[in-house]
Amino acid sequence: MYRYDEFDAAFVADRVAQFSDQVKRRLEGELTEDQFRPHRLMNGVYLQLHAYMLRIAVPYGTLSARQMRKLAFIAREFDKGYGHFTTRQNLQFNWPALKDIPAVLTHLAEVEMHAIQTSGNCIRNVTADHFAGAAADEIEDPRPYAEILRQWSSIHPEFTFLPRKFKLALTGAPADRAAIQVHDIGYQLTKNASGETGFIVYVGGGQGRTPMIAHKIKDFLPVGDLVAYTQAIVRVYNLDGRRDNKYKARIKILVHEMGLEKFMDAVEAEFAAMNKQELKLPQAEVERIQAYFAPPALPSKSVRSEALEARRATDKKFASFVENNVSPHKAPGHGVLTISLKAIGAIPGDASAEQMEAVADLAEKYAHDEIRVSHEQNLVLPHVALDDLPAIYDELVKHKLATANIGLISDIICCPGLDYCSLATARSIPVAQRISEHFGEGARAAEIGAMKIKISGCINACGHHHVGHIGILGLERKGVETYQITLGGSGDETCSLGDITGPGFSEHDIVGAIETIVDTYVAQRRGAGEDFLTAYRRLGMAPFKKALYERDKGADI
Amino acid sequence: MPQIVSANRLTDGIVVFLGQGDQWVENFRSAALLADKPALEAGLARAQDAVRANIVVEVAPMDVAETPHGLEPKHIRDRIRAEGPTVRLDHGKQAAHGA
Amino acid sequence: MALFKNGVEMDDAWRSLPDGEAAPASGHVIFPFDWWLEERGAFEGSNVPLGIRIEPGTDLNNIAADIKRFSVIALAFPKYGDGRAFSLARLLRERYGYKGELRAVGEVLSDQIQLMQRCGFDAFEVTDAITAKALRAGRIPGVTHFYQPSERTETPVGVRPWTRVSKA
Repeated sequence: MYRYDEFDAAFVADRVAQFSDQVKRRLEGELTEDQFRPHRLMNGVYLQLHAYMLRIAVPYGTLSARQMRKLAFIAREFDKGYGHFTTRQNLQFNWPALKDIPAVLTHLAEVEMHAIQTSGNCIRNVTADHFAGAAADEIEDPRPYAEILRQWSSIHPEFTFLPRKFKLALTGAPADRAAIQVHDIGYQLTKNASGETGFIVYVGGGQGRTPMIAHKIKDFLPVGDLVAYTQAIVRVYNLDGRRDNKYKARIKILVHEMGLEKFMDAVEAEFAAMNKQELKLPQAEVERIQAYFAPPALPSKSVRSEALEARRATDKKFASFVENNVSPHKAPGHGVLTISLKAIGAIPGDASAEQMEAVADLAEKYAHDEIRVSHEQNLVLPHVALDDLPAIYDELVKHKLATANIGLISDIICCPGLDYCSLATARSIPVAQRISEHFGEGARAAEIGAMKIKISGCINACGHHHVGHIGILGLERKGVETYQITLGGSGDETCSLGDITGPGFSEHDIVGAIETIVDTYVAQRRGAGEDFLTAYRRLGMAPFKKALYERDKGADI
Repeated sequence: MPQIVSANRLTDGIVVFLGQGDQWVENFRSAALLADKPALEAGLARAQDAVRANIVVEVAPMDVAETPHGLEPKHIRDRIRAEGPTVRLDHGKQAAHGA
Repeated sequence: MALFKNGVEMDDAWRSLPDGEAAPASGHVIFPFDWWLEERGAFEGSNVPLGIRIEPGTDLNNIAADIKRFSVIALAFPKYGDGRAFSLARLLRERYGYKGELRAVGEVLSDQIQLMQRCGFDAFEVTDAITAKALRAGRIPGVTHFYQPSERTETPVGVRPWTRVSKA
């Protein structure tokens, strides 16, 4: 993984000093809250319902064991012993004191981490496929490019006061695990006819109150132009994006209002006119950064692991764990292991300091010191030998981290909602907990199969509800929490936005409504091989709507 | 409807309530109850003094209701602010109240 | 109001021309953009020093031919959060080759000055007392390591072509 050199370390130290000074000036009253707010936001410090919240960047979701241990340390020393992994592959602490934040940032800097640009109207933490560098279907690891974009966008003098936040996501595989089509810019690595590497460029996707799927604006962008082209897009956005209404300020609205063709013309004109030489990525430099991300030297192994098969034959729970939580790795005899942060009834994405340390230990002992945070709020050990899975599993069980539910109905994405967030209109965590408890991880969940439920506690859609197979949006109606359901969304390469079923459901009725949807699907699918999303795309909304809204009239469900 | 005045303490962000005089208290049950509009306006003015003095930020009035259990915030958002997350009863103000 | 140019506080030799006032033949006024579009003919062939004030949202192409004619271009920050002038500054310097004074006006706060400098601003009209104090003390918050080329002269460092440090 990427390691800071002296320059990077000095940059972060500079920034820590700068923000520490700003905190000091705020506490001494030299800065008003209005003047301080943009600075704290650009350093990841929010003020939430109960306290400040600190969002720490985990660039493209990659962490070492040492970094994870530091997060555990901060959780214990400066917070309440836990943290929350987010849909942006970041980590949030819910209770830090403002006066302690300079100290926290100093600790983070020791392990090459920071909270720069995890908030504010700037280019945010760059995200990428959490299986990057390991997945069997990958063309090339997208993280070196994500790292280059991370560096280039850090305290960018021109792009620190954009109309609104700006999110970049990259994937190196045709299977999109990074939801690039619902980002401001999505880059997908591809090869052209002559075998050169480049990017398919998507612009103008996003969720929030006006969800939109991105437009493809380029079929092939040579790798060397990545930064220059990004600058062209962001400059057009900075100059022309709306600033009169923050709900219409994202680039998706600009693309929509300008019209795709005019927008593309503006980007191409800017790109043609700019000094590209300055931002051209020299191949040697790309290769130097790529070297940091070179895959670990994995021992040569046979495809079949006897140790794994022996345990699988005798231990049903382990067998289910392997089936659900292990994905194909590039190297034979290896797997990509997803560690669920969705124990049945637990808070999605939350991890205790002890759990963080347990994962750090496992990463060091069995997984070449690499950990990933997924946007689905789980952790990943990208390089594990299948032979080691029994031992890893036993260790995970001890820390309540062995839930075998990846991709199943209880693997729910969920924002913090009204339990923590000052923007939320309804709670989301309790709904996730009850759905998880209702379906569990047993036979029923297995029967339902692949199912992505995503829950947001407000229209800003941090819980990605628009792209949930089942999406749940918590709203407030006359002082009461109410939950709107969408069906058929997907954040993968077949990206689609969910359709609203109809009137919302009360907190009391929401789990029953999900049960109705699930029953309808199971009853009407073409066998267990047809997953929910496929079935919905075939069946459409009608049978679900009927089941949901006619049951009160005596229809049986 | 009676109201109290809430804010977040500048140094640590913890939710506090305007008490008597220029005091800020952590337990909403000790907050100064502002029965009518003039009282609320006077309370908000005191709170703005505290904002200018860099003691608190994000001042917001909170509707409260008198119940058999005493004062309760009327809206769920305010209840959560006053007590703590409903999914972590071991954190927030409720942790101390429960003990 | 205080004016700082290249780190030094100085008297402002320029004044903004209020709406409706006739332009003095001696120049040294900063025109509103629209005024210039309408009255530019009056200065055809003249080389008296002139300035122009540009609000965000302005299309620079409308004055492309005149840009190099100005001695001062004032770019407005109506609110510190409105970052359009950062891009306008870069375009003026890079695309239009403007070499004169590039002045930040409006809500100019100390924490943004380094960003402004890196986008090509060299003069700051400051109303905020704390910012003025910081500028007088030469205490401008900022960093010394940068991940992008900028409009300033900064020293390339290390092997990455994009990394720079403040010139000593």
